[in-house]
Amino acid sequence: MARSPAAARKAPARQTRLLISTRKGLWTLASDVSRNGWTLAGPQFLGHTVHHALADPRAPRQWLAAARTGHLGPTVFRSQDNGRTWKEAVRPPAFERGSGRVVDHTFWLTPGHADEAGVFYAGTSPQGLFRSTDGGATWEGVDGFNAHAQRKAWCGGDQEGTPDGPKLHSILIDPRDPRHLYIGMSGGGVFESVDGGADWRPLNRGVRADFLPDPAPEFGHDPHCVRFAGGNPDRLYQQNHCGIYRLDRPGDTWQEIGVSMPKSVGSVGFPLAVHPTDADSLWVFPMDGTTVWPRTSPGGRPAVYRSRDAGRSWKRQDVGLPRSQAWWTVKRQAMTTDLRDPTGIYFGTTSGEVWGSRDEGRSFRCIARHLPQIYAVECATA
Amino acid sequence: MTAQSSSEVATIVRVRVPSPLRSYTGAAEIGVAVPVLAPELPPTVGGVLASVDGAYPGLRFRIVDEQGHVRPHIRLFVGNVATRDLGAPIASGEVLMIVAALSGG
Repeated sequence: MARSPAAARKAPARQTRLLISTRKGLWTLASDVSRNGWTLAGPQFLGHTVHHALADPRAPRQWLAAARTGHLGPTVFRSQDNGRTWKEAVRPPAFERGSGRVVDHTFWLTPGHADEAGVFYAGTSPQGLFRSTDGGATWEGVDGFNAHAQRKAWCGGDQEGTPDGPKLHSILIDPRDPRHLYIGMSGGGVFESVDGGADWRPLNRGVRADFLPDPAPEFGHDPHCVRFAGGNPDRLYQQNHCGIYRLDRPGDTWQEIGVSMPKSVGSVGFPLAVHPTDADSLWVFPMDGTTVWPRTSPGGRPAVYRSRDAGRSWKRQDVGLPRSQAWWTVKRQAMTTDLRDPTGIYFGTTSGEVWGSRDEGRSFRCIARHLPQIYAVECATA
Repeated sequence: MTAQSSSEVATIVRVRVPSPLRSYTGAAEIGVAVPVLAPELPPTVGGVLASVDGAYPGLRFRIVDEQGHVRPHIRLFVGNVATRDLGAPIASGEVLMIVAALSGG
């Protein structure tokens, strides 16, 4: 989620709290002042697949969680008291009756613009965009996308795409203009709206799509995670199926910035996290995207890679991480940063561990283990 | 039973609820009042589920999708007969049983 420069580091934080969404429920991790000691609490929604949960930066006691339970239909839960009690959405995200489309799960949640209290956006699998204006109690489809004449061409069929279903993710709201939106879709690509979602246009120039007959199409790409640069909403970073990219607006051509990653590691991965105020600083977590896409840490040696120069160069950060035989990886929503100085960076693994660094990645340590497979990690700074 | 108006006459249908849905009902079996429009129009599965949702908001969407189809891996029985037809009638005294498959790891 984008943070405006003003919002970042507004006040010294006393505690960092992480919301850990997993395949089997929701946990929280709360730090002491030094971010040295961490206390794990939970589970909530035990047995539910929680794809995403977050705290509302406009009203930090308000939390939202997107859940699906076994074979039951998907829903959204909301809390007004830091997750102590929850209410289910009265009308969860669902496609129009008669459209023939069915929401399998709500995958991504994004709080709306700072001036639009109670507004949230949700991205679903298969690809759909939904909006709530009442804090997540009721959700309406954004018809400008869901009913767009080109949507099927952009997205493909609902049965196509990633193994766990095609997804709409990375919903970004320009902190200067609530009508200026970006979305990412796997598959489909990155799209932009300048009219509050009434219309959309592809924004994929410069991004490779090596898996398609035309390697440079207008749409059909596979962005895994798209973020605003910290403090600069005119810059976007993208971890894609085919590399890492940067886009500086008003330009509309992405620059591939993963080319300087070590060849033995590659530039495939899922998550991407940004520094809250330094627009040149970002982190990725590479995975093995060779042959059949094992989706593990390359060589069983996990590492974060950081760039401090907008992707021109990268530095491996693996102090404290396992040196060998660690075959987990990190999903696209499962790496985030806090607003502290120095910035903390946190990620959750497919093997149920949470790793944290309180020195911008110079060293990591495991702050929780033995959890279910982690789908998302979000920071709520009190 | 003769209908006097759609809102005045109802029949009580018993519904057996699987454990994944008992966070809504708090019970393994519930009884819901289903409006009876006319003697020749018995309650339907869909009508019963609408009444269930009225009493326990949100439950229906967990087992029936937005296109009106019973979700995959959810089974409905009227008495001992399986059905996926929300228009299927429920005779007086019959029980609607909801079964949620518990497969996967």
